[in-house]
Amino acid sequence: MTQQVALFVTCLVDLMRPRIGFAAIRALEAAGCDVIVPQGQTCCGQPALNSGDRDHAAALAKQTIAALEPYAAIIVPSGSCAGTIRCHYPEIFADDAQWLPRAQAVAAKTHEVMAYLDDVLGWKPDGVSLDATATYHDSCSGLRELGIKAQPRRLLKAVDGLKLAPLAGEETCCGFGGTFCVKYPAISNAIVGEKANAIDATGADLLLAGDLGCLMNMAGKLHRDGSTVRAFHAIELIAGMGDGPAIGEEP
Amino acid sequence: MSGFDTRAAAALADSTLKTAVERTAGTAEAKRTLAVAAFPDFEAARTRAAAIKDHVIAHLGHYLEQFEANAIAAGAQVHWAATADEACRIVVDICRKANAKNVARSKSMLGEEIGLQHALAEAGIGRIETDLAEHIIQLADERPSHIIWPAMHKTREQVSALFKAKHRTPHEEDSIAAMAESARRELREQMLGADVGISGANFLIADTGAVCTVTNEGNAELSLVPPRVHIVTAGIEKIVPSMPHAVHMLRMLARSATGAALTQYTTFYTGPKRAHDRDGPEEMHIVLVDNGRTNMREEGLADMLRCIRCGACMNHCVVFRQIGGHAYGGTYPGPMGAVLTPALDGLAPNRDLVQACTLNGKCQEVCPVRIPLPTLLKGWREKSWREGLEPTSMRMGLGLWAWVARRPALYRLATGLALRAMRLLGRRGWIETLPLAGGWTRHRAMPRPAASSFMAQYRKERRP
Repeated sequence: MTQQVALFVTCLVDLMRPRIGFAAIRALEAAGCDVIVPQGQTCCGQPALNSGDRDHAAALAKQTIAALEPYAAIIVPSGSCAGTIRCHYPEIFADDAQWLPRAQAVAAKTHEVMAYLDDVLGWKPDGVSLDATATYHDSCSGLRELGIKAQPRRLLKAVDGLKLAPLAGEETCCGFGGTFCVKYPAISNAIVGEKANAIDATGADLLLAGDLGCLMNMAGKLHRDGSTVRAFHAIELIAGMGDGPAIGEEP
Repeated sequence: MSGFDTRAAAALADSTLKTAVERTAGTAEAKRTLAVAAFPDFEAARTRAAAIKDHVIAHLGHYLEQFEANAIAAGAQVHWAATADEACRIVVDICRKANAKNVARSKSMLGEEIGLQHALAEAGIGRIETDLAEHIIQLADERPSHIIWPAMHKTREQVSALFKAKHRTPHEEDSIAAMAESARRELREQMLGADVGISGANFLIADTGAVCTVTNEGNAELSLVPPRVHIVTAGIEKIVPSMPHAVHMLRMLARSATGAALTQYTTFYTGPKRAHDRDGPEEMHIVLVDNGRTNMREEGLADMLRCIRCGACMNHCVVFRQIGGHAYGGTYPGPMGAVLTPALDGLAPNRDLVQACTLNGKCQEVCPVRIPLPTLLKGWREKSWREGLEPTSMRMGLGLWAWVARRPALYRLATGLALRAMRLLGRRGWIETLPLAGGWTRHRAMPRPAASSFMAQYRKERRP
């Protein structure tokens, strides 16, 4: 049975690393899904929500809900954007009788892509291989809002030839924090500096995570520090796209 | 730069501070992890602890009246203070009536919050801090930087030098035991000579009228039992219904704070010395302090009144671990301080505290009473935004972004142009300096975006 799902690309993936969106489509199609990309989507409103700008957050949430609600399932290649829709949209409309049921309905069928592939579909990559050692960082929103921990590791374990090296402090925030990293750049730098050192100390070739914001922060710091560790969204490897350009290697 | 930015920059440049914070917080984190793993169903225990506090906060008046009646029945005198100033006046008046020249104080964050040390100094009353870390702070003339380790910002090497400079007969050998002995020599005599002992309260037990303190040094007992008068200053949210509830909270407190099963000393003080007691104070006064707590309950911060001051949130906070406690500027640092300080001292001078957080959620994960600290911080951010306290650049930037993002066709056009401009700045996949994003590129490179957006590529390849 083919399951029709909608991909919410997220603004960061749309603009900074489209490969992640295509990797999500590829993995979902391999798992038997028919993937639609609704055209009315832009940004889920998380930056406004986390900045306290409730009006703009609500406006973007309404636009996103309207674009996504016709579909049976909504798949997001980001723990923090999926968390915004699943956990925070119903909070935004807690006092809005008209929008609350719509927000709750969309929230209930929104899934982070790796959690959907593993928890819901019970799918594993088949015939995907990559000869490399990777380390995995648990991005905070996915980990703590959505309980994403075992799913990416189970999926990555099915990639032939891929070894996973444990990262010391894998559940410690990388210091990205959305607008935090530009509001408090020196503090953010101190945090990501420690994270980059921990990543380097694993001896891994690749850094993987499930959120592009965190990945850009860590990869940008690793690059500035002269590290040779290359960074990918985990779904890229899971979809068999780990042999392409890493973050910062776009042609 | 704001005051917070200046203090944070100074802290980041101080490698000794980083060493000091990392030693203590790192040890606490590791020991808490072990303690939680050894506890059968800590998650259920957290839920129960939160429920106990929620119940009490919802019925605060009932339990406070019960506590007052039982404390009076045990022979204590109960005072009510609506504000910090009123609380200080009550304490100073009691000291004066007792002709107190010197008071021995057992560490209390509520005492710090109400500025009791300044009130005593202004009244000309001598004060000796008996908690070892508070003693260090008093010698150095500084402020606490952590709610359970006030001298966390100092390394043992710095403390050794301080004792050698200030103690009358300091230690010679640089061991921790010798340093502790030096502090004991310095403090013990003064403690026994105090006229009044002042403490806070970790818990107030409603059905017995008892006050509970916990320490690891026994300094509370030695400060509070020998003097003629014992004064307790306690926030009204410290109440629990009965001893079994207090014991449950104690199990959560010690494990969350230090990873220990229980503190070395856990004492319940019920009234002053009775006729047949061999020692104890002649008078016991309990000052119940509101100082904004009732307002917090009414204004969406009731969850914060669950706080039992364990410090786990700051020990596990990536920001606190980098900048330490002094950078926060208030009595209470870290995540719980970032929520409390705007309530106590106003949002406008403290707007940085509610912003300087990555919202990673670790604090909430380790909180023994499940306080949703990130949610409360976001509540402050909304207020800050509504009241126009956020910088114009941020307001305009986000406003413009949201305006464009609500017009998908325009958004695709505008972001397409921005991407092309960004690509011009990149070399070999990376952008090393990016206009308007100096906060990012000062410390890290920005990956060069792909030639066109996902949406543009997708439309070219497939029909929706």
